[in-house]
Amino acid sequence: MTETQIQETIFHVLGQIAPEADLSALPADADIREALSIDSFDHLNVLIGLHEALGVEIPESDYGQLTTLTQMIGYLAARVT
Amino acid sequence: MSEFRMPSLGADMEAGTLVEWSVQPGDRVKRGDIIAAVETEKGIIEIEVFEDGVIDQLLVQPGKQVPVGTVLAMMHAAGEPLAPAAATMEAAVAQQTAATPPVPPAERPAVEVTQARPPVATPEQRVRVSPLARRLAAELGVDLQRVHGTGPHGAIERADVERAAAAPSAAATAPAPAVAKPDTAALQMGMRRAIAAAMARSKREIPHYYLETRIDMSQALRWLEAENQKRSIRERLLPAVVLLKAVARALGEVPELNGYWIEDRHQPQEAIHIGFAIALRQGGLIAPALHHVDLKSMDELMEAMRDLIMRARAGRLRSSEMTDATITVTNLGDLGVETVYGVIYPPQVALIGFGRIMEQPWAEQGMLGIRPVLTATLAADHRATDGRRGAQFLDALNRVLQRVETL
Repeated sequence: MTETQIQETIFHVLGQIAPEADLSALPADADIREALSIDSFDHLNVLIGLHEALGVEIPESDYGQLTTLTQMIGYLAARVT
Repeated sequence: MSEFRMPSLGADMEAGTLVEWSVQPGDRVKRGDIIAAVETEKGIIEIEVFEDGVIDQLLVQPGKQVPVGTVLAMMHAAGEPLAPAAATMEAAVAQQTAATPPVPPAERPAVEVTQARPPVATPEQRVRVSPLARRLAAELGVDLQRVHGTGPHGAIERADVERAAAAPSAAATAPAPAVAKPDTAALQMGMRRAIAAAMARSKREIPHYYLETRIDMSQALRWLEAENQKRSIRERLLPAVVLLKAVARALGEVPELNGYWIEDRHQPQEAIHIGFAIALRQGGLIAPALHHVDLKSMDELMEAMRDLIMRARAGRLRSSEMTDATITVTNLGDLGVETVYGVIYPPQVALIGFGRIMEQPWAEQGMLGIRPVLTATLAADHRATDGRRGAQFLDALNRVLQRVETL
């Protein structure tokens, strides 16, 4: 799976959680929780969505490595099969 | 024979618009069944029936706004013979007409009914619409009356709305009806008015007192981390669930904080229904009740919270959730806030506030260390309780959070 496809998947998941957000304007290095005003509950839902879409296990101790779009793509690209 | 009336879904509600009936005359219903949906300033609420019985007649048509207390339907207990129905019905209707301003016929322009309130994107006839479709329609400015539903029983689903939005001809030829405008601004205005009424009443009537304590969360977070390691991501718990359970347990020690102040009288409640403040994306706030928090396991509570948050955002809360809360918990930690001084939601008598769990210097037994610290606050009604009981509550909360494995 290419990084572009992973980004599309991330956008799809984020779009379901924050339908009003303009994701094309999301800076790649912004903390998505702040940029999209996502609370801890929605943040967990984002990670669940990514897990279900890509089959990647995300242990709780790794949550801090999935803060920005760039980080998410890197983390998922390294683990997706 | 009994009357089913427009319920009051909050301290501030005066009227509601019937959106749809989910029952028909002759239907058998059980206590707790959802029989109708009503639009209020806080969104669309699903209305539950209070008793078992059979629906006899629906007296109010969808699309109509009526004051709180208006009879919406007549029903009778399941065993009860259907008494001289016609006469009773007419009497009930006559009585109602006398008691409330005459309700305009359904054909009257919707504008008159919906004046000075958010336009209701709801058709006059009964059309089933999924919450997602309803929200999408509001966002896209699609008139649901013009959408062809392809779901079960002709229900309108998201795809139907998208199709309708994509079809330019309908929008171009039909004059845009008043109800079709995406009016987030009006919804927000209604929401603000509702919050304003409740909060102004709270500050006018309730003599608040405030207490605050710092809680060492090391043990609780360690326990949570170990628990979550055992769980798949879908089953993981959030700290908020642990806090709600801890509040319920501490209320067991100080039950006076759980309940109401009504008619100059303190009325503690046995059931613990915690109103959980949820910020809505379009602005505003709603605090629906999580029922029987003390009796639910952490997993059940997490599931209940997930369901409640999703329905709050989709605008599909139930009437009991709007009215049953016996205390409110607000958690502003996600926004980086350290301390919350809450405003009590009347007629409740207490509100618990949680800030962010953050690493802070912590002195204990002559040693200085760094611990994850949570600031918990209590805003309580001084008519109902005194600072001493409030202090005992926060102390109990702290003790519970030092041994969360017992929750």
